Amino acid sequence: MSWFKRRIQGITTSTREKKEAPDGIWFKCPDCKSAIPMVDLKDNLYVCPKCEFHSRIGSKEYFEIIFDNNEFKELMPEMIAKDFLHFVDLKPYDQRLKDTIKKTKLKDAMRSAHGKVEGFDLVVCCMDFAFIGGSMGSVVGEKISKSIDYCLQHKLPLMIISKSGGARMMESAFSLMQMAKTSAKLTLMTEAGLPYISLCTDPTTGGVTASYAMLGDFNIAEPKAMIGFAGPRVIKETIKKDLPEGFQTSEFLLETGFLDFIVNRKQLKSQLAKLLAMFR
Amino acid sequence: MTFLDFEKPIEELYKQIEKTKEIAEKTKVDMSSTVKELEDSILELKKKIYGELTPWQRVQLSRHPERPYTLFYIEQICESFIELHGDRNVKDDKAMVGGIGMIDGQSVVIVGQQKGANTKMRQYRNFGMPNPEGYRKALRLMKMAERFNKPVITFIDTPGAFPGLEAEERGQGEAIARNLFEMAKLKVPIICIIIGEGASGGALGIGIGDKVLMLENTWYSVISPESCSSILWRSWDFKEKAAEQLKLTADDMKSFNLIDGIVKEPLGGAHANPDEMAAIIKKEIKKYLAELMPQSAAERIAKRIKKFDAMGEVNENL
Ligand SMILES: [Zn+2]
Repeated sequence: MSWFKRRIQGITTSTREKKEAPDGIWFKCPDCKSAIPMVDLKDNLYVCPKCEFHSRIGSKEYFEIIFDNNEFKELMPEMIAKDFLHFVDLKPYDQRLKDTIKKTKLKDAMRSAHGKVEGFDLVVCCMDFAFIGGSMGSVVGEKISKSIDYCLQHKLPLMIISKSGGARMMESAFSLMQMAKTSAKLTLMTEAGLPYISLCTDPTTGGVTASYAMLGDFNIAEPKAMIGFAGPRVIKETIKKDLPEGFQTSEFLLETGFLDFIVNRKQLKSQLAKLLAMFR
Repeated sequence: MTFLDFEKPIEELYKQIEKTKEIAEKTKVDMSSTVKELEDSILELKKKIYGELTPWQRVQLSRHPERPYTLFYIEQICESFIELHGDRNVKDDKAMVGGIGMIDGQSVVIVGQQKGANTKMRQYRNFGMPNPEGYRKALRLMKMAERFNKPVITFIDTPGAFPGLEAEERGQGEAIARNLFEMAKLKVPIICIIIGEGASGGALGIGIGDKVLMLENTWYSVISPESCSSILWRSWDFKEKAAEQLKLTADDMKSFNLIDGIVKEPLGGAHANPDEMAAIIKKEIKKYLAELMPQSAAERIAKRIKKFDAMGEVNENL
């Protein structure tokens, strides 16, 4: 019986542990279509070794990449969302939250942590796209707000890694007001003379773009990330024309003047350290 | 007069009055008592209908084709006003208007989205959907207000920021984000009034204030009920349900402390008596200016940031 139970559990565990980062033995690159052994992809920080395609990863992987020895102190690890409006669409929001927490093993679409980057202190708020499309609700706003308080208290720089489909509709105006809340709080970082780095990763859209993602002292991005305010489908419907090649990519934003630089994930940590050293 | 679907019973009674008057005219019979009775019934019916509006009906009223827009209120409220144009960078956005005006001797800077009253003007105003240069023009004027220590009034009425190709090229997201950031720490008093539609980031882009007010029949939400229906219900047919679920009315927003006050509209909505509406708005503006002006800039900014920081509901320890 216990053997049987364990097997059942083993089976369910494998599905439950479904992570944002690619799984399996082989990875087929969506860009160059090469088949890459998963171990090689992992070693290459989930960047295709053939064409430099940046596969989507979550907070767990980013913390591993950024923080020295993967050591960090997570801030507010237990915070979860509240179905304050009792929102019901095809599924009650309450249930959607429970299911997503179970499925992703994440508490919400953002994790915040304090660690060291080549010896330099940094607080990192990192979004998880796996959690309801990286949507911004009260938890995301509150974690940013409290992380800023933490930065102010300890005189630390902040980085927010954006990866979001936009607002969390099930939190309606509360979700909208997180744009106001986070932007207002960021003025305190400026006031205190503490640098804020915004790293935009694929995808950074909607209310996130129209608030903290575009407010960095340094706006940086991973290559070929989709970054924009309105979604491409909506724009296409509005202008009734096809969108130009490379529209709303990191490269496009660099060209139009909204990014300071693009950074390959493999150089992210060293670039951050180089930048942080300037503010020592 | 344009009647919305739920106002049809009122339209019926107006038609009856017309008919009665015609008959009286033809037959030379005095029917003034019948007319009076009908008028009383209209008043009763209006009180009933407007007393129990659903969220979707309020959304409809907020978009009523005869509803007054920003420039109308500016004209009514200010004894003098000079419109100022352009963002000093790209162009003049017709969907966002602004300028400097005088309200009972107090000069103020006013900005707001502007819709058009007919087909031609609606296009000219881009349906009240600003491009980045609209938000940057608004910010330019607000920074000017700060330099000359003049309070800022914003009128919000937009179905959203324009989702266009050039809007993206010129950084729609950055423009809105910059306004949120700069308005949070603007040294002068800011009063924001939602006079029609308060759709998402496009509305919020001029919506950070010491006092944020909503007229009674307006809405404020992260998404329009129609788009919410199409995304979450995967159909356009659930807009009424979405309007309920989104809790987007002034009453809801006030109960969540996401706005500071509700401004009563005349019976039948702002368009039923635009002059009265303007007079009410003017009174509200003067009331809040009197409260805000004596405070120090530091005090106002600290309170403003604290207010927005308090917005959000989370479970901390579970
Ligand atoms: Zn590849």
